[in-house]
Amino acid sequence: MSTVTVTDAVKKYDAVAALDSVTMTFREGELFGLLGPSGSGKTTLLRAIAGFVSLDRGQVLIDGQNVGGVPVHARNIGMMFQNYALFPHMSVAENVAFGLEVRGRPREEVARRVNEALAMVRLGGLEQRKPKQLSGGQQQRVALARALVTRPKVLLLDEPLGALDKHLRQEMQVELRRIQRQVGITTIFVTHDQEEALTLSDRIAIFNFGRIIQEGAPMEVYERPVTKFAAGFLGEANFLQGRVTAIEPNGLARVALDLGGEALCRLIGGQAGQTVLLALRPEKIKLSTDSQAGTNAVRGKVLDVVFSGNSTTYRVRVGNQVITLFRQNLAQGTVAPGSEVVLSWSPDHLVQVTP
Amino acid sequence: MKLGSTLLTAHLWLVLAFLYVPIVVMAVLGFNASPLYALPFEFDPVWYRALTSNTKLIDAGIHSVGIAIVNTIIATTLGTMAALAFARYSFRGKTIMQLLLFPPIAIPWLVIGTAMLVFFFWIDIKRGLFAILLGHVALSLPYVIVVVGARLATFPHAVEEAAATLGATPWQTFRRVTAPLLAPGVIGGGLFAFAVSFDQFVISYFLAPAGVTTLPVEIYGAIRKGFTPEINAISTIIIVVSMGVLLLTARFYRFGGER
Repeated sequence: MSTVTVTDAVKKYDAVAALDSVTMTFREGELFGLLGPSGSGKTTLLRAIAGFVSLDRGQVLIDGQNVGGVPVHARNIGMMFQNYALFPHMSVAENVAFGLEVRGRPREEVARRVNEALAMVRLGGLEQRKPKQLSGGQQQRVALARALVTRPKVLLLDEPLGALDKHLRQEMQVELRRIQRQVGITTIFVTHDQEEALTLSDRIAIFNFGRIIQEGAPMEVYERPVTKFAAGFLGEANFLQGRVTAIEPNGLARVALDLGGEALCRLIGGQAGQTVLLALRPEKIKLSTDSQAGTNAVRGKVLDVVFSGNSTTYRVRVGNQVITLFRQNLAQGTVAPGSEVVLSWSPDHLVQVTP
Repeated sequence: MKLGSTLLTAHLWLVLAFLYVPIVVMAVLGFNASPLYALPFEFDPVWYRALTSNTKLIDAGIHSVGIAIVNTIIATTLGTMAALAFARYSFRGKTIMQLLLFPPIAIPWLVIGTAMLVFFFWIDIKRGLFAILLGHVALSLPYVIVVVGARLATFPHAVEEAAATLGATPWQTFRRVTAPLLAPGVIGGGLFAFAVSFDQFVISYFLAPAGVTTLPVEIYGAIRKGFTPEINAISTIIIVVSMGVLLLTARFYRFGGER
């Protein structure tokens, strides 16, 4: 088990910064998700840790040791590639054995550890198959066994589940989590799938334009996004613009919303007259047909209704804006498009974000 | 629909007949007893027996095979290295160099042969087997580079990176991952190089000194002097060898992508 630290990492391609002064620490044994749109720098960071990308500035430290001059093959890392990159000319067993053989391990040890690794990913019995004869999920297990059999310090996963269909993906998420816990290896993975990042990670970091936008436990980042980008990238959010009219004695701020109506929320050092941007998650909004508009309650008209099994998505016009909300399908039935409704929420669910 | 497919099939057979009937006739007459190609056909392998005592033809055959083998080794090695360089590195003049690979395939061999003759004379390389070999290597290199390059174009680069993360040094990666995956392309290119050299006439003819010949040159000479079905016999042998090599090439090259 190891810690990985990246300090002030900078990597430019031509004039574009793929990494723009990134500093972060991956703790021992944690599963850390790097999340962001393509070109945000997350993959560059992963490849810099692996040693495929050399940084223009800054350092990568594994267990406190600068690995800047260490070539990939001497870094003792395990990596799983997007399309698995299995060796097509080798059998499953030969693929897994490769890392041990190039290290010159004795034959009995190689055989024993290959068997252990294949048992761990539940692939016993398929040793002699070629990668092409395996399903996508099986190929992925081989890739995982191959990456872990050498007992690397760090496991790097590049879009690990990207090539699988939805059902298999969820199954492999559970599997990946189980194996990672069992081995206890520090694991860093890159994904652009927010759901995957939320379900798998102990901690996540959201990247954009080569910078870390926000870092923390998934729930913390989801519930308290700090920027509009973070709020919109991880989950969905409505954004309400407004102007602070007063600060109450209890510390809550009164905000006149641009879409009409008034909100009460907690701000960080707000003052009267200031304009603010507030994020509001769709599932935090209550929809009712029989309550009054007021503070944290605005009147609107239902535009459309999309039923999707466990919940229903409503789009509601409020003033000059369209608000999206999710409503759990309890026994109440749906509200028809065109209905006049009131949307309300708790002050805690309005999160101030920077634009 | 039915008529269309019947016509197409007939057309295909006509084309194949056009290509192969002369060859088959030649091969059959090589087994005919008459030295004047007189019919009726009378089976007799006399001309094949005669070949075994024709030292000029045998010497020429040995030269041809020897040059083809050495040429294959040199052209395949150099060509594979060049293809790797084209695929892996970006360097000054790369595009121009890649474009310049194709004209030697298209320029008439007569022109290339003349150019080589003049050039070798100018830099004082004497006519002979060595000059012929140089000519063949130059001629077959583009084929090797193109064939190996095609294989490299679809080469999954990530497997080399995977090997590195697993602790393989660059040399181990090359030996255990790159080379085996590249092998079908290299073998295909090598068979091409062999075929190009073995069938080569014009350049060999220009660069051969008096008394030293390769098989195609020797056959040409024999035909001009008036010939017997011995020529049919040797030609049949050449065709069998060449077609065998090309069939192997097709096999490796076609299935190469799937292995």
